[in-house]
Amino acid sequence: MCVQTVGLIQSAIERAGITTVSISLLHEVTDVLRPPRALFVPYKLGFPLGEPNNSALQHRIIAAALSLLARNDVPVIEDFQA
Amino acid sequence: MATYGEMVLKYRLFMKAYPFARYAINPVPCANLEKPLNTARVALITTAGLHTPEQVGFDSFLKSGDASFREIPNSVITSTLIEAHKSDTFDHSGVLANRNLAFPLDRFRELVAQGEIGNLNHRHFSFMGSILRPKRLIEETAPEVAEGLRADGVDVAFLTPV
Repeated sequence: MCVQTVGLIQSAIERAGITTVSISLLHEVTDVLRPPRALFVPYKLGFPLGEPNNSALQHRIIAAALSLLARNDVPVIEDFQA
Repeated sequence: MATYGEMVLKYRLFMKAYPFARYAINPVPCANLEKPLNTARVALITTAGLHTPEQVGFDSFLKSGDASFREIPNSVITSTLIEAHKSDTFDHSGVLANRNLAFPLDRFRELVAQGEIGNLNHRHFSFMGSILRPKRLIEETAPEVAEGLRADGVDVAFLTPV
């Protein structure tokens, strides 16, 4: 349910005029919900930034997500290339 | 990779039956980022149920879900955050080992230091994601956070589920 909760909060924030991007762990939910910008990552639930204490991987995921902020062809759902 | 197929049967059946389409976002809002990221103010939002030691935790016993939120000060020592999320739908060991896995405040501090982003907002927000009936979230608490971030002059919000 976390993925739905994130998408609903994200949409409220975007409606307030703030550019948003989220991490998704479940394509099935994000595809239906359609938040403005989401990066799908291939990790298990509870591990949105990949691995604990792996700063390099966490930074790669964050950078990939931040790169979606320039996109205005919403909804944007991209897959992280691990 | 997380899919419905990897969940235990009771959650797999629940996810297949849950009316996600009822909450589909339509129309999809779009706010263009009007400035370069290296001058933008960023706020983090997590649904990992994190809170500071001084704050009251989330209520895991509400069947419909706890739609409340906690304000996380930007000055927080990330490792001191408490994880109140009690859901057994996911493996908690990663977040317990490293809060940045679901609330990457230290990573964003590094991005500010490197000049990749402008600055971090003075506060971030934490929810607990197990919200089965999101009416209060949609009508009250999410808009309240959104309005707070707008008043703070935030340009970008980065959101992470668990």
